[in-house]
Amino acid sequence: MTAPETQAPLLRVAALTKRFGGFTALDNVSVEIRPGERFGLIGPNGSGKTTLINCISGAFRTETGTVVFREEDITRLQPHVRTRRGIARSFQIPRPFKSMTVAENLLVALDFASVGGDFILAAQRRDTVMSILTQMGLASKADVSATRLSQVELRKMELARAMATHPKLLISDEAMAGLSSSEVDEVLDLLMSLASRDITIIMIEHIMQAVMRFSDRVMCLDAGRIIAIGTPSEVMANQRVQEAYLGT
Amino acid sequence: MKRNGIFFWIGATLFLAAALLMTQVIGNQYPFFACYVILQFIVLAVAWSILGGYAGYVNFGTSAFFGMGVYTAVFLLKAFDAPLAAQIAAAAAVGALMGFALGLLTLRMQGIFFSIATIAATIVIETSITNWRYVGGSAGIQLQRPMVTEPFNNYVQMLFFIQALLVVLAVAISRYIQNSWIGRGLQAIKDDELAAECTGVPTLRLKLLACVISGALMCAAGAPAAMYLQYADPSSAFNLNYSVSVLAMSLIGGTAHWAGPVVGAILLGATQQLLTVTISSEVNVLVLGVMLVLFVVAAPEGIIGLIRRVLRNRSEGKE
Amino acid sequence: MDLLLDAVVTGVLLGCFYAAVSLGLSVAFGLLDVPHVAHPAFLVLASYAVFFLNERYGVDPLLAGLLITPLFFLFGLAAYRLYYETFERRGSDAGVRGIAFFFGIAFIIEVLIILQFGVDQRSVTATYVGKAWRIADTRIPFRLLVAFAVAAALTILLTLYLSRTFMGRAIRAVAQDQEALRLMGVNPIRIKQWAFGIATAVLGIAGALLIIVAPVEPTLDRTYIGRTFCVVVMAGLGSMTGTLVAAIILGVAETIVLTLFGASWAPAISFAMLLGVLAVRPQGLFGRRS
Repeated sequence: MTAPETQAPLLRVAALTKRFGGFTALDNVSVEIRPGERFGLIGPNGSGKTTLINCISGAFRTETGTVVFREEDITRLQPHVRTRRGIARSFQIPRPFKSMTVAENLLVALDFASVGGDFILAAQRRDTVMSILTQMGLASKADVSATRLSQVELRKMELARAMATHPKLLISDEAMAGLSSSEVDEVLDLLMSLASRDITIIMIEHIMQAVMRFSDRVMCLDAGRIIAIGTPSEVMANQRVQEAYLGT
Repeated sequence: MKRNGIFFWIGATLFLAAALLMTQVIGNQYPFFACYVILQFIVLAVAWSILGGYAGYVNFGTSAFFGMGVYTAVFLLKAFDAPLAAQIAAAAAVGALMGFALGLLTLRMQGIFFSIATIAATIVIETSITNWRYVGGSAGIQLQRPMVTEPFNNYVQMLFFIQALLVVLAVAISRYIQNSWIGRGLQAIKDDELAAECTGVPTLRLKLLACVISGALMCAAGAPAAMYLQYADPSSAFNLNYSVSVLAMSLIGGTAHWAGPVVGAILLGATQQLLTVTISSEVNVLVLGVMLVLFVVAAPEGIIGLIRRVLRNRSEGKE
Repeated sequence: MDLLLDAVVTGVLLGCFYAAVSLGLSVAFGLLDVPHVAHPAFLVLASYAVFFLNERYGVDPLLAGLLITPLFFLFGLAAYRLYYETFERRGSDAGVRGIAFFFGIAFIIEVLIILQFGVDQRSVTATYVGKAWRIADTRIPFRLLVAFAVAAALTILLTLYLSRTFMGRAIRAVAQDQEALRLMGVNPIRIKQWAFGIATAVLGIAGALLIIVAPVEPTLDRTYIGRTFCVVVMAGLGSMTGTLVAAIILGVAETIVLTLFGASWAPAISFAMLLGVLAVRPQGLFGRRS
């Protein structure tokens, strides 16, 4: 770690290893993420990025290692409990609730993830949903079925749904994949504005310019190991990162 | 929402009043015999849809719950000469427990594995009952009806009214679930279980809850059948036909709304009664199978889905 | 002890027979992921076709099984096409409705058999039905031996077909990675349809074995849902040798329980084992998938 530790880390991953059969997807990965940080996660396909966030969000059980969030060991907690603790995520391939409208998608999050959700009045819940959707630029789509959204709208809705769980940590898994360059900028601006509101963000991305513009710090994985971590320019200058990407 | 609720309860009260009035006015036994079966299927289909429809977990164990309801009643009757109300209450408790146990065992499986596991559990339970001599074993057991209670002058009429009460109970519960956070959670599970879990939905707990409620209602619906038939044997009480009928009724009616299974059960139940009387029970099963396949292929959202589509088209046409 | 040895020998023979009736499902469900609950109904249908040929024209049951095989192949092609057009292609919700679909089909077949042949048990006549072979004190019925031999041959043939021929390898490939096949310019749907045809064709012979081993009745398919799915799931989806081993385990377990506790517990064995395997190791004992 280059920067001095001023406060306890928001998330601490320690000596995490994940195997699938004989294949080691994550090999002894340790990293700390500070509150309010904008953290970029890069690496070639199959390097273990999505596995890492699956381990953080709880979709996968890990064999060894610990995940500590806000000074609490969450390694054995189920995904929905982690969501309630404040970890939200979007999916690489969007996974909307297809039988619901956009607003209803967010209501699921309000019903189940936010503290005291049961006692909020219907009207207030609608207000909350609408204010999140407005931030995301989706207000006009509130009552549209999730199946009728365009690709960029789906990406935004996933982020909006994640936001409705009131996260401390938001993990964005390739939220810009397959978007046009103007759409990439749109989503990037959204993530920036979220980060400015005290939400720590881990961003997985293949689009290098986006990662470079966004991140305070970048980590590069290759074959399940951390090969570089530091400021964007440091990581880009790293010999091994270049080898991993260019395959030389 | 509020106004809907008032209409619903007025409707329910009218329904019960009509059922009660029928028992006082109509002297002929046959309508009660026939309607009892239809009401029973409404309860089963509505209960089934709580897990099978809202959460999308296709349970083939309807006959297991139904049969356990029958045999809970048989056991209580034989051991303690228990009154009907106690039989039904006990059956509901047994069904809830069974739903919990079965759910713990099977609800981690997905799709077809869950369905197959529920069939497996049904046969295992049926075989156990077949080997239980006390309740009659495979030969079955004859049962004696006690005296009927006022204001009814006939036992079947009383069973008919009790089943009508169960219908209101089942529909009210199903309707509450659909409109509450439970329903939204189950729907999220049906759409995408991983996304639901990551949005904070305690998926396993919610599925268990649905399985418990559904099981309790199905078991309760089975309990009066012992007295209705005055006879019980494992191969008819646990007959897979119950599972498939209830599945067909729910899917044909449509599972997205509580009214779907009600419509499906009335439609198919009435058709079945008619066919069994006029032609044969085989043709009745054939019609059931053909209707199930037809609807699953051509109208996957069921009758409710068709109605909704028509309404949507009409409202879009106006704009 | 003799009784137990007897049970094991009978169990192994019975197991091979179970393998033969499960092979088709192993392909359809194990490799192609089709929730084919109507598989046992197809099987019983084949038995009745064999019964018909045997009773009406005196055709040997095994020969009858061979004769109906091409018909069943075509039947399988059609069934898959219908399934594909209505469910897989539309994508969403295929699981739930697919199961309901096949259950409906199974019920329709059951009733059609009842309407045509009635609810009574039916059996076939052939020289090897009813005789037995004695070694020391053990009595092995010929019909079980015939079933054993044919079942073994069928398993070997299907295993060879899947590993040695181009089509067979394509079928295995389609189970692993549909997209890769598409990129190679092969239409995965055609392959799957063909595979489903093969899976159904095998049932022609299997149906003959079913009615040779014991009399059949229209609702026999319900018992065989337990047996076939138990075998296929225990085998680890799609493994042919696994299918054979799993079927033998089931056969032996059934005969032992039958000997020790009596016939009334028999129907529950396969279902209990299935439930156990699903609860503990849903990927099967010899699992292909993780």
